[in-house]
Amino acid sequence: MTTIFNQFCYFFQSFKGKSPVLLLLAILLIISLIIAISIGATPINIATILYGQLTETQQSVLSVIRLPRVLLAMIVGASLAVSGAAMQGLFRNPLADPGLIGITSGAALAVGIMIVLIGPMPGTFGLYGLSVAAFVGGLLTSIIIFKISHLTGSFSVTYMLLAGIAINAMTGAGTGVLTYLSNDEQLRSLTFWTMGSLGGALWPAVIVAASVVIPSTLLLLKYAKQLNILLLGEQEAHYLGVDIHRLKLVVIMTTALSVGVAVAVSGIIGFVGLVVPHLIRLTLGPDHRLLIPASALLGAILLLIADTFARTVVSPAEMPVGIITSMIGGPFFLWLLMKQNGMRSNT
Amino acid sequence: MIIAEKVSLKVGGKPILDEVSVQIPFAKVTAILGPNGAGKSTLLKCLTGVKRFDSGKITLNGQVIESYSLESLSRLRAVLSQSTPVDFPFTALEIVKMGRNPYSNESSPSQDDEIALQALEIVDALAMKNRIFPTLSGGEQQRVQLARVIAQLWGTERAYLFLDEPTSALDLKHQHQVLKFVVELATNRDMTIIIVLHDLNLALRYADHVVLLKDGRLFTSGETDKVLTAKNIESVFEVSIDSIFYQKGISLCD
Repeated sequence: MTTIFNQFCYFFQSFKGKSPVLLLLAILLIISLIIAISIGATPINIATILYGQLTETQQSVLSVIRLPRVLLAMIVGASLAVSGAAMQGLFRNPLADPGLIGITSGAALAVGIMIVLIGPMPGTFGLYGLSVAAFVGGLLTSIIIFKISHLTGSFSVTYMLLAGIAINAMTGAGTGVLTYLSNDEQLRSLTFWTMGSLGGALWPAVIVAASVVIPSTLLLLKYAKQLNILLLGEQEAHYLGVDIHRLKLVVIMTTALSVGVAVAVSGIIGFVGLVVPHLIRLTLGPDHRLLIPASALLGAILLLIADTFARTVVSPAEMPVGIITSMIGGPFFLWLLMKQNGMRSNT
Repeated sequence: MIIAEKVSLKVGGKPILDEVSVQIPFAKVTAILGPNGAGKSTLLKCLTGVKRFDSGKITLNGQVIESYSLESLSRLRAVLSQSTPVDFPFTALEIVKMGRNPYSNESSPSQDDEIALQALEIVDALAMKNRIFPTLSGGEQQRVQLARVIAQLWGTERAYLFLDEPTSALDLKHQHQVLKFVVELATNRDMTIIIVLHDLNLALRYADHVVLLKDGRLFTSGETDKVLTAKNIESVFEVSIDSIFYQKGISLCD
């Protein structure tokens, strides 16, 4: 928990005074955190936490179930949003979302293969194992998408999105084959991963996710200025002294890591990486030095709200949070497509 | 000064550059001309130090070009290509400030701001500093990009500016506007300009020096009016021309 606290301290220190929006987002995050902690099957009044008047049940609900889940939602949300922002910078296109272009499903397929071939992997080490598999899957798909979208010599959005469709179809088929091969227990795990849920959140998941997502985000933040320059074009960035090979390597590796660990702990949660950076760009502009920390905060807020909704709306059952993000994100993506088209015909 | 000696480059067995030797004079505008596929852009890229060649030697200020680091090159020369689309809503000023990247360790943000504004003023684009770059017209975008490369070379003595068909997407008026700024950089700021052009009239009007390429070989090079003769143009471009040379190319504005 202290690591997460440090993360936000870092954000504050490096951007103090630069943008009140970051401060506002941080306050919003704290408010949603308090609300998310207090509502659920066992309501916990925040005042009783402060005064130490929790019942034993409340105490164990808070420390074993509620807190890890809320923290995991924040970390995964931040991870997906930051990966989305970085991918869009790398592809120099605001439509590049790790879910949309198949990186997430590539990671999920790798996790599925691990589950079916090796069996469920419990505990912290198991989670790291699944994360490594998801990382490899995500990395491979990133590289394939990047190569295919540059087949014509220069970058092509059409090729990127079409390659994403093909890869999503192939991984879908792969997951289908796995469901045939799997037994009941494996099938449940697989369904969980393809739907995307934070229902299995325990402390090991929080620790594993935080240990990957926080360093990756900080590393990307260090390359934020170079990502801005990359938006001028690869050649232009090179002429301006940016080592583009290293930059591309850093972005592909860190996003594959972040997306990989997010998939390993929560399955496929779509559209966060598309919606969040876009909203930030609309309000704060495209500068990655602000975009990355602001996306981390807003991603954390949105997934926290979506997950709180998911676990309370059909209580005592719960809805996979991936369904909610897709319900919001799908129409948003269509709107974005129409808007982009409109922009082009106007200029 | 840039000196290229017998620079050769093959791609897939096909010679793109074949023993090209040129000298780029200091603080002059040198145009690289030739038909499609003559190797103009390739030669330019070799001279900027980003493209490796198979054999030969290129020296920049007496030093072999391969010995420069990415960073030291970026402080010595800037390159303006054909307009590349930017899909993200940066302001014109933000784009120009990116030109200051090579100096991010020693130059403060307020210094960079000031330099970027002065660079915008040079290309007569100060009024659009807060406009969103992707919404600017092609000519305006190219002027802002020109301000960016000026900002990159700000304070560099004996700087080199490479331009790869910078005017090919522009209409007549804006072609002349951009090239006039470029010529001013050579005369007022002692910049050495190397520019790939398609339009012979533009070359006649703005270049001091011409490098004429054909099929990857150097056809001839030298002062513009000595190189761009009707005879040379006919044999390089394989067209018969009626030369109507009055003054310097077409006279549109002075």
